[in-house]
Amino acid sequence: MPDQPRFPYGEKDLAKFREAQQLAYHCAEQVAAWIEPGVTERQATAELRRCLVRAGVRDFFHVPFAWFGDRTAFRHFHTPLQFFAGSRVLAEGMPYVLDCAPVVDGYTADIGYGGKVGENPVWDLLAKDLRTYRELILREVRARRTLAEVYAAVDAQLAAHGYDNRHQVYPGRVIGHQVTRSTARGPAGVSLFGFGVRTLQTLGRELVKERLEGRSPLWAGGRASRHAPTPGLWAVEPHIGFRDVGIKFEELLVVTDEDAYWLDDDLPHVRRWALQEDAA
Amino acid sequence: MTGRSNGTRRRTVDSGGLALAVYEQGDPADPTVILVHGYPDDHSVWDDVAADLAADHHVVRYDTRGSGASGVPAAREDYRLELLGQDLYAVADAVSPDRPVHVVAHDWGSVQSWEAVTTPGAYRRIASYTTMSGPCLDHMGYWIRHRLRRPTPRHLAQLLRQGAHSWYIALFQLPVLAPAAWRLGLARLWPRVLRDLEAVRTRPGHPQATLAQDAVHGIELYRANMSPRVRAPRERYTEVPVQLVTLQRDRYVCDFLSEGLERWVPRLTRRTLNATHWSALLEQGPTVAAMVREFTARDHGALRQEPSATGELVVVTGGGSGIGRATALAFADRGARVVVCDRDLPAAQRTAELCELSGAKAAAYLVDVGDGAAVDAFAERVAAEHGVPDVVVNNAGIGHSGTFLETTEEEWRRVLDVNLWGVIHGCRAFGRLMVERGTGGHLVNLASAAAYLPAKRLAAYATSKSAVFMLSDCLRAELAPHRIGVSTICPGIVNTNITRTSTFSGLDDEALAAKQAKVSKLYARRGFPPEKVAAEIVRAVRTRKPVVPVTVEAKAARLLGRLSPALLRRAARIDAG
Repeated sequence: MPDQPRFPYGEKDLAKFREAQQLAYHCAEQVAAWIEPGVTERQATAELRRCLVRAGVRDFFHVPFAWFGDRTAFRHFHTPLQFFAGSRVLAEGMPYVLDCAPVVDGYTADIGYGGKVGENPVWDLLAKDLRTYRELILREVRARRTLAEVYAAVDAQLAAHGYDNRHQVYPGRVIGHQVTRSTARGPAGVSLFGFGVRTLQTLGRELVKERLEGRSPLWAGGRASRHAPTPGLWAVEPHIGFRDVGIKFEELLVVTDEDAYWLDDDLPHVRRWALQEDAA
Repeated sequence: MTGRSNGTRRRTVDSGGLALAVYEQGDPADPTVILVHGYPDDHSVWDDVAADLAADHHVVRYDTRGSGASGVPAAREDYRLELLGQDLYAVADAVSPDRPVHVVAHDWGSVQSWEAVTTPGAYRRIASYTTMSGPCLDHMGYWIRHRLRRPTPRHLAQLLRQGAHSWYIALFQLPVLAPAAWRLGLARLWPRVLRDLEAVRTRPGHPQATLAQDAVHGIELYRANMSPRVRAPRERYTEVPVQLVTLQRDRYVCDFLSEGLERWVPRLTRRTLNATHWSALLEQGPTVAAMVREFTARDHGALRQEPSATGELVVVTGGGSGIGRATALAFADRGARVVVCDRDLPAAQRTAELCELSGAKAAAYLVDVGDGAAVDAFAERVAAEHGVPDVVVNNAGIGHSGTFLETTEEEWRRVLDVNLWGVIHGCRAFGRLMVERGTGGHLVNLASAAAYLPAKRLAAYATSKSAVFMLSDCLRAELAPHRIGVSTICPGIVNTNITRTSTFSGLDDEALAAKQAKVSKLYARRGFPPEKVAAEIVRAVRTRKPVVPVTVEAKAARLLGRLSPALLRRAARIDAG
């Protein structure tokens, strides 16, 4: 077994990552406030992109995504093309998910924001239960379980809740992926297949390098993930669904040489849980 | 307004210029029930039912247009369903302007009440609907269409049988002849027809004195509505809770005519009564009244905001996960009230919570189905707290793998206790309740493809499931006269947590965990979701299908076992499972 790489980031780097993540969530919240019945997915992603560009973002890890209605649970997805924003129109009572990944000064954020318009009791329950997964993943990673084991633990929790695993629909069935500081030189702001050109460069390089070390920068349930999380930053995105409603969060998990913690706790979903706890 | 001797108050209600004779009994402060009679009756066909219900209901009957003391429309088009539906609303508005009414209808009364019940927004005026022997003609149009489009042998047989039972409808289209038959003697013969064919004893005052003219006018009902509605059916849905009472010995309306009714009526409760078309009302009035009373009490005052107070009651054992949970959810989706039990109470409660998301009422109990006394106590509790269930799904089961010689006595006991005794206890406790209630029901027993697919590594498991299969076959025969159906479900390889909790003979803890993980992975790769099994269970209850192999492998094994049992015996030697 090759040695684990050391944790590569200093406090300054982490602060920059946190800033990028705050910016991304801030934009998602702005779009969430703007969104209303009648808006299409394409309009929502365009608004999200405008918002990010206004905030100074020049490059994207991947293009912004928006899913409405049963598309939040990736129902009837057969080809990867279906991930791209379409003409689905938001209606009263529908859930939605926004997903964007701006790169700021080479610091990448990759976030997911779930919301609803109007009343949706299924969404309410999912949103409340999502907290369990945030806590479960951190607990398991701290115990230095392999990524595949954490994935299985999430699946077991999903079965107990009666939900199903929707991150298995993502390419590679990933629940997360490693995020590094981008140092690629390709053209900024240009994307291929939905991923930024610089992303593809970095990701391709990482895939090869990590593969040689017997690790994977992608976090799934298979053989390639039978290793403890590599120190560094991981964008973790448990995506859970019940029937036609799906919800996710996506945020950066810091895995240091001995410990692990969520990069930032001042995020919309964490604040929502705190409010609910106070109310209860 | 003129009074009648037995406390019946008579009044006249105007509906679009036509005078309807309305008869009221009971305290108007009680919930209002409107009874709508069929052809060729008048309101007096309800005498027994009305007398019984009047004790705690405001009972309203009326002579439908063209019959009894009501006005007779001049033209055929005045017998159109739209107008007949409006008559019901006119009566409802007159007798209970402020509160929604409960409607009970029979025969043509039922056909026309369906028109009212499937009018958009009907739930505002109609709190519940009990229907006997009278389908919605639009639903029937779709029923016929569906069968013509998919002419399976079963569908064709249904069409032919219902066609043979509907001969008189064709006769009624004949000019001159049909009215003449009534005038020239059929009306006089009617008491004998009822006595000999319908098992109705002759009684004074029935049939009504106006029978001949009612029958002649009523022919227009058929002529004005049958052909346009059945030929060009409209999509008619309703949110009103409906109780469908199937009369077992009905000569005119076959029970399978209501197959698929859930498509139009999500909040449907099915009941059966051992009666003929007319003996239900004329001989078993109190039984019908009891059914109505139970149904109106269930949803009294219920409006759209509380969609779950009615609906059939479904009990699911082992409802905390897998097929049990999916089945509970599937029934909840269809407006049923659901009771789940499991030996893992939090899991059962979770299922109940998910059921409530569909707007259903759900409750969870801690029960180990292997414990007979516990199941008896559970059944009594369910009966006391929720009523006698309409459907019981004996789903709880455990997996076990091991050859015969490897399997210990203790393991044998555990497997048989849950898989076989669990089903026995469930069928006995709930079957008895259903028989006592006397209005039918359905038991669903979860067997397995292993019930007919021998495998040397599944000695105990396959034995237990095979016993469930045979038990269900015997029980089906025994309960048939009580109109309690029994379905055996044989799922096959389904992705549930049964593999994560299965035990394996002769393995230590670590090897067991590894084996469980391996088998779970295999089942996950097969990827057959429990929701599909649940859908099959719901369908089996609806169509009263006796044996349902679910997955392709379960179907193939059943077929293979019939074509070449020797091949299956040989395959049983394979070291799998």
